[in-house]
Amino acid sequence: MSDKSQIKKVLFLGSGALKIGEAGEFDYSGSQALKAMKEENITTVLINPNIATVQTSEGFADKIYFLPVTPYFVEKVIEKERPDGIFLAFGGQTALNCGVKLYESGVLEKYNVKVLGTPVRAIMDTEDRELFVKKLDEIDVKTIKSEAVDSVEDALVAADRLGYPVIIRAAYALGGLGSGFCDNREELISLVEQALSFSPQVLVEKSLKGWKEVEYEVVRDRFDNCITVCNMENFDPLGIHTGESIVVAPSQTLSNEDYHMLRKLAIKIIRHIGIVGECNVQYAYDPESMDYRVIEVNARLSRSSALASKATGYPLAFVAAKLGLGYGLFDLKNSVTRSTSAFFEPALDYIVCKIPRWDLGKFHGVKREIGSSMKSVGEVMAIGRTFEEAIQKGLRMIGQGMHGFVENKPIRFADLDRSLREPTDKRIFAIEEAFHRGYDVERIHELTKIDRWFLERLHVIYNTMKELESYDSLENIPDLLLRRAKEQGFSDFQIARAVWRENMNSKAEELTAKVRSSRLARGIRPVVKQIDTLAAEYPAQTNYLYLTYNGTQNDVKYLGDRKSVVVLGSGAYRIGSSVEFDWCGVNALMTVAKAGYRPVMINYNPETVSTDYDMCERLYFDELTYERVMDILELEMPHGVILSTGGQIPNNLAIRLDKAQVNILGTQAKDIDNAEDRNKFSSLCDEIGVDQPRWRELTSMEDIDEFVAEVGFPVLVRPSYVLSGAAMNVCSNEDELQRFLKLAANVSKQHPVVVSDFIQGAKEIEMDAVAQNGEIKLYAISEHIEFAGVHSGDATIQFPPQKLYVETMRRIKKISGKIAKALHISGPFNIQFLAKDNDIKVIECNLRASRSFPFVSKVSKQNFIDAATRVMLGMEVGKPAASAFDLDYVGIKASQFSFSRLQGADPVLGVDMSSTGEVGCIGDDTSEAILKSMLSVGYTIPKKTVLLSSGNARQKVDLLEPARMLHRKGYTIYATPGTQKFLQDNGVPAIVAYFPADADKQPQALDLLHAKEIDLVVNIPKNLTVKELTNGYKIRRASIDLNIPLLTNARLASAFIRAFCELSVSDIKIKSWDEY
Amino acid sequence: MQVSRKAILTLEDGSRFEGFSFGYEAPCSGEVVFNTAMTGYPESLTDPSYEGQILVTTYPILGNYGVPSAETSTEANVSDYFESSRIHCNAIVCQDYSWVPSHWQATRSLADWLKDEKVPGIYGIDTRALTKLLRDKGSMLGKITFEGGEDIEFHDPNKENLIAKVSTKEVQEFGEGEKRVVLVDCGTKYNIIRCLTRRGVRVTLVPWDYDFTTIPYDGLFISNGPGSPEFAEETVKNIRKAFEIGKPICGICMGNQLLSKAAGAKIYKLKYGHRSHNQPVRLSGTEKCYITSQNHGFAVDNDTIPDDWEPHFINMNDGTNEGIRHKSKPFFSAQFHPEASSGPKDTEFIFDEFIKLL
Repeated sequence: MSDKSQIKKVLFLGSGALKIGEAGEFDYSGSQALKAMKEENITTVLINPNIATVQTSEGFADKIYFLPVTPYFVEKVIEKERPDGIFLAFGGQTALNCGVKLYESGVLEKYNVKVLGTPVRAIMDTEDRELFVKKLDEIDVKTIKSEAVDSVEDALVAADRLGYPVIIRAAYALGGLGSGFCDNREELISLVEQALSFSPQVLVEKSLKGWKEVEYEVVRDRFDNCITVCNMENFDPLGIHTGESIVVAPSQTLSNEDYHMLRKLAIKIIRHIGIVGECNVQYAYDPESMDYRVIEVNARLSRSSALASKATGYPLAFVAAKLGLGYGLFDLKNSVTRSTSAFFEPALDYIVCKIPRWDLGKFHGVKREIGSSMKSVGEVMAIGRTFEEAIQKGLRMIGQGMHGFVENKPIRFADLDRSLREPTDKRIFAIEEAFHRGYDVERIHELTKIDRWFLERLHVIYNTMKELESYDSLENIPDLLLRRAKEQGFSDFQIARAVWRENMNSKAEELTAKVRSSRLARGIRPVVKQIDTLAAEYPAQTNYLYLTYNGTQNDVKYLGDRKSVVVLGSGAYRIGSSVEFDWCGVNALMTVAKAGYRPVMINYNPETVSTDYDMCERLYFDELTYERVMDILELEMPHGVILSTGGQIPNNLAIRLDKAQVNILGTQAKDIDNAEDRNKFSSLCDEIGVDQPRWRELTSMEDIDEFVAEVGFPVLVRPSYVLSGAAMNVCSNEDELQRFLKLAANVSKQHPVVVSDFIQGAKEIEMDAVAQNGEIKLYAISEHIEFAGVHSGDATIQFPPQKLYVETMRRIKKISGKIAKALHISGPFNIQFLAKDNDIKVIECNLRASRSFPFVSKVSKQNFIDAATRVMLGMEVGKPAASAFDLDYVGIKASQFSFSRLQGADPVLGVDMSSTGEVGCIGDDTSEAILKSMLSVGYTIPKKTVLLSSGNARQKVDLLEPARMLHRKGYTIYATPGTQKFLQDNGVPAIVAYFPADADKQPQALDLLHAKEIDLVVNIPKNLTVKELTNGYKIRRASIDLNIPLLTNARLASAFIRAFCELSVSDIKIKSWDEY
Repeated sequence: MQVSRKAILTLEDGSRFEGFSFGYEAPCSGEVVFNTAMTGYPESLTDPSYEGQILVTTYPILGNYGVPSAETSTEANVSDYFESSRIHCNAIVCQDYSWVPSHWQATRSLADWLKDEKVPGIYGIDTRALTKLLRDKGSMLGKITFEGGEDIEFHDPNKENLIAKVSTKEVQEFGEGEKRVVLVDCGTKYNIIRCLTRRGVRVTLVPWDYDFTTIPYDGLFISNGPGSPEFAEETVKNIRKAFEIGKPICGICMGNQLLSKAAGAKIYKLKYGHRSHNQPVRLSGTEKCYITSQNHGFAVDNDTIPDDWEPHFINMNDGTNEGIRHKSKPFFSAQFHPEASSGPKDTEFIFDEFIKLL
């Protein structure tokens, strides 16, 4: 084990772009570990291409490399930096896998780099299923016995022996990738084939569906002292990946014997494996006896450990990092009480409930069933002093239009029993529907296998709703009932709906306000409680807070001196809003503190750094609803509130908070509304002479036809009320338009549809800026690599722009200035433009920080949020020197997609966002930056063979030059018939590969993919019509399922091909951020 | 939804906490103490160390897994799941009660058990606020009354000899084995008996004031127990005699305090005691640390431990004594509960060490 005095410089590996199964939790744990090193005066080097993270910001790591976390690049950095030690536990599976490879190849030994914390040997024991089972057999600990196979045939034999249903797992895979249940041979064959493409080894095991799933977070130091920091119980029984489950902490249905039997086992396991630091033990637990199986052990910080840290206030990553240096737990203090020891197990006096956030509606063709592989993109954590309170809070927090467990817009369940038996992202609401239909707890338990305790508690909520509904006026509801409803987590809105029901729709806000004033008049208000790790046993100066109706006393005293500033966070990570807004929030907090105010954060996402209680003066881990924000503001009485750094959730509160006389710092609510309201913004644009693509809000099919006749196809259609599937779509002809509207939207007076002219072949340009009193102080213009039509969140973005006319830039600056002035902007904003031949149109304007703020801030080395926050605090902000905009390097922001997780989803990009994360890399020119960033999001440079399948004539022309480059580089090109002919005609040799539709012709493109003959697939759909999509779907999906890099955009494909034809990997410079 | 009667907890400083009844409805009084454990209410309620106390659980939700049966199926001949033959707490106080329990071992709900044993239970209390009050002002007397019911005076259980009240009245034998361990019953938890008999020794349980030096034994074990050690002078005298005999001695909780008194150390009352499953202790002079289950209101003064003795364990949070050991003889003790039940089982090795010495 290491001697801490010898460690002067350590290397950290990050987890790269956010993806399903590996998200923001690793920014949080990495940031904490970096803080721990700082306390020890150890120099830190971080490799992480995820530019939007907090850990890759100034003040966290000493040296930051925006490079892929792969053995090649890590070795290069080691060669250059010569660290004494390396931490592998803080960057998820990505870092762990990379570290194991470096160890196996002898690189760590060669450069004398010590692995700090858990030894690699122990990591391998937990990662390799066979070794793992053997290891636990040694100490008579029961595991789920599985048979490791490396072919489909062997898998079938194993499954026959074990008996169906069986579960399939891929070894060395993150978040259960390539895992799933199989009820029969057919399902097994397709799943095993897919899993084998990710991993050389696949495990077949007997399924224990219906057992409880329980986890323990365990910590061990090198002196063999162990603690379990937290245990957690899944609301959903075994069979659903823990990342897909609703989870509560601490466990609710375990007796003392259950709890401590499993706790003791966890400690026995961690000692035997030899973990130093933190690990997580997952159990399957029989609901009818004390029988158990160990599901897995994660020898690293995980999503669960991030959740456990937030659930208990115990800084697991911080402590694990210190233990990795060689400290004992007895050397460390409890960072909440600051007086008691870090060797202790937190006692909770509240319950937390984690709920996953899915965005399955964003994808075409994806299966809604949830299971043993992760699909969720984020999560929330709700804190309460009853289960009812916690779960209802949590269901509101996930932000999918739900108001809690009850009083929601009804969801139609065609086959309710099936919806209960086969879980989907909506199952909890199927339970509510079942209560409506008179199912009792026993029947629901039979169908779902969810423990009766949870169902009974949900039934309590349902009964309270019924009781509320029996009153026809608010005044008649007795105080006791109203209080009980609040104790069970009912929002004012839910209570209002219970009373007024169908009369609610038009007057929801007004009636909800009535409930609020009525309950305040009756003295029913929430109290603020601390999370102090010891259930109040010792005094604690903790600032980690939540609100509850289950209590009579506030834990904190309010000064009412108006010296605090409340920053609203961004809520659950979702497609379109993730770690970038956490970075914005954290930076706002830091500037608020520097300016002499007490920073206060409200947020409820356990994966974030902004919810780390040492980032602010007070952290309210609670809802971002109007109701809860007002509860907090009334207590806190701050100087003001910052809404513009947390994405759309806080932004949406602007008008209501303004009406309640809240001091919104920066741009005012009226102006926010003028930008958000399409009609108001449009007339403002007309007034100041700014052009927009033609659009209209329409309420009937006739009006739509009339408008389309005017602008012509294609058009972009955005329904205001979505029934299913994607929120918007591009329609290229009458047929598609009809189909989309029928499928996705009800066109009516109440639900208008916005139709706009879709301009093809236009460049998309982003303006990120900060203005003060309507004058722009700081700005960054970036260009998309793809043409307009790819959502800005999916696009590859280049900053500073390399291919824009000077005139275009000038016009964009001028228009932005006009808009900033007209909207009296004081704070951050973002405008998206379309440019075609210097003709510039505004497509969107948001008076808040945008997704690209951290990217442009870090590339330009001008902190846009710091400037924006100073503006909002009323401080004078100067303009940077003009040279600050003159950069002699290029930043590329590339998107990370998680299609491999989303079975069945068509991996094609459109106007609706589908990426789950991003990276940002810096290079000396576009090609270097492109190559770094594409390698960072998982692309590899093809070895010898590329399959091209391009769309329309224009796209074929676009791909001709890259195809030539491929040919010159010596690549073998396969192409689908049309493309092949085009290439041959233009002198680029290509071998034809047939679409599945031409089943009788050889060679088949799909066969080539399955035979691993292809290293890169470029498949460009002509347009987004159903016919065109179907044609290439099988090829695209097969590429994803077989883990073959896929590009679906001609412009991006060209840029990438150009980059790897011009440069080889060894040409990439190993330069840290500060060297640019 | 259950319609519950309003119940009030009043403390001796005049603080009032209003909640609802879920147990037996008759006024009661006692010393109010809090426990931060998140599981283990059947064990705690039947732990004789809680005699005369009103137990406040800081974990807000109570009763989730109901109550197991009182059956006795093992050779130890004590109840499988309980720590004594009855509930010793005078009442239990929580934030939220689970009316419908869920567990395969549950044979009745907590409410039904409390009613059967005539013990009140209240929910709907801000137990965190109550705990902070007890932490700041120290353990206090309290009483529980019911709306429309009669009032009651505060009663201080610490003024009576609780040890005598809960101790066995006659000598009892448990288990089989060649070696005989005398267990002095100051209010022993059944799990001490289970932990000893499971290791193959015969346990002779004797009343707290019984002169066990009159019977032959291979080892002496002094149990946990309620209230103040001041009432057990008789036991202390007998322990001093046992020092002369020289056979191995082990004490737990009250047993630690009595052993320390016999050795000559002083005992004092803690402001609000240690009652939880997460107390960290360190084995003196080592880097070995353990998470322990604790339930005590008094402690041994480290500074008064005589020269031929030394602290065995120290509490890592507040530095208080967690056991003593003789520097040369096989006498040692623990202030915490190595038998757990409820709580973590990390220190069960203490029984092994004791048995090895026999």
